[in-house]
Amino acid sequence: MAEIVPLAEAVAELVHDGDTVAAEGFTHLIPFAAGHELIRQGRRDLALIRMTPDVIYDQLIGMGCVRKLVFSWGGNPGVGSLHRLREAVEHGWPVPLEIEEHSHAGMATAYAAGAANLPFGVLRGYGHGDLAAHTRVGTVTCPFTGEELAAVPAHRPDVGIIHAQRADREGNVQLWGILGVQKETVLASARSIVTVEEVVDELEPRPGAVVIPGWVVGAVSLVPGGARPSYAADYYDRDNEFYVAWDPISRDRDEFAAWMERHILTA
Amino acid sequence: MTTSTVTYTADEMMAVEAARRLADGDVCFVGIGLPSLAANLARATHAPGCVLIYESGTIGAKPAELPLSIGDGELAETADSVVSVPEMFAYWLQGGHMDVGFLGAAQIDRWGNLNSTVIGDYDSPKVRLPGGGGAPEIATSARKVFVMLRQTPRAFVEKLDFLTSVGDRVEVVVTDLGILEPDPETRELTLTLVHPGVEVDQVREATGWDLRVADELAETKPPTEEELSTLRGLKTKGRG
Repeated sequence: MAEIVPLAEAVAELVHDGDTVAAEGFTHLIPFAAGHELIRQGRRDLALIRMTPDVIYDQLIGMGCVRKLVFSWGGNPGVGSLHRLREAVEHGWPVPLEIEEHSHAGMATAYAAGAANLPFGVLRGYGHGDLAAHTRVGTVTCPFTGEELAAVPAHRPDVGIIHAQRADREGNVQLWGILGVQKETVLASARSIVTVEEVVDELEPRPGAVVIPGWVVGAVSLVPGGARPSYAADYYDRDNEFYVAWDPISRDRDEFAAWMERHILTA
Repeated sequence: MTTSTVTYTADEMMAVEAARRLADGDVCFVGIGLPSLAANLARATHAPGCVLIYESGTIGAKPAELPLSIGDGELAETADSVVSVPEMFAYWLQGGHMDVGFLGAAQIDRWGNLNSTVIGDYDSPKVRLPGGGGAPEIATSARKVFVMLRQTPRAFVEKLDFLTSVGDRVEVVVTDLGILEPDPETRELTLTLVHPGVEVDQVREATGWDLRVADELAETKPPTEEELSTLRGLKTKGRG
């Protein structure tokens, strides 16, 4: 049974400097509030994993919390580049950032392999491009057909962090809409934190919903609005205007720092 | 660009021409931006049975408003089915269910190979681009690949800075100047159509290699009033 604890307590207890952390969400249900808590608690040397690092990872990188990023698409969806990520890669600011880059299919396979307690995942992937030479990908030969396939090392984060719509008082978590790799993230991780919009007495069945049992979840924290400016289906919409506004804010080091000070550190 | 009757932008010409090439019933793996615009235009005009699949896991999305991001709520709410991302890439893309995959890029070469990873050296890049995302496997799993890209010498290069995805399955490259298609024998991209008002020399100048031009070069039909009004009716969320 997952404990229901305040977010600050969950982060203080479960996330340590140097940890490998996967704070997942695929446009939907991105755990912004938990990311902001990592920044406020001054976590350092994190190795972050995420298929689609977006604004929250841009903020963590820009605030110097991150030493390594494992990812497959690092942009501001529909808007353009992540400027803090770019500056860390191109200029090592504020701290040098090591990257390990995959394709989406490779990342998804690596999470599924981690959830399945396998050392690696198999896919028909990385198709003759240059990426394989720059990342951790191998090949395996099918013992039945002789076909050569790509092998990616499983993701086994120290901490998996996701946001969901609801939990009950036993810490069973329910999410629906676009599901991303959230279930795999929790199951692949040694520890996990789930922030939720609501804690309810009973989880009513929902079409297409996934329930993650409380006994595989580390901590559940009640954080209404915890995915903003991304969205939580049936709770609030994606703040597309914020994603557009982030572009000029994040282009300039000082403007970024001032924004973070005003909206995150002292908020 | 203008014709005697209607005025339209280069982006609109690109979306319209890509849409025309989708057949009713095509299953399309769609990205955000121009591909999403093109696929939704096809669905709203001649190809109502076009199936739109976004990599966020939405199968058969029918958005009334165009999404800004690949995972907007509108896509899930209107989808026939929403699946997890590992399922999307393993069962649906790798499983071989995509007829058409759309790709964009920062660079393309004469074989339809694409770069969306870095400009400059990978380890110390001049420009770090967002990265390949789904592209490497879309390029090798979809039966046909449509590329949509503005044509400039910086984008149409003799040699890619990085090979993100291979061009083996590219069927068409839709640019703001015209249409390039692979030669049936050599697979080299060949200019087969120019958009109205575009001169061949203009296309050559916008290409960083010695561009092959089809013997019978034709002109794209300008967008019809119906195509344009439908296209302009497809508003993007958060963009007014």
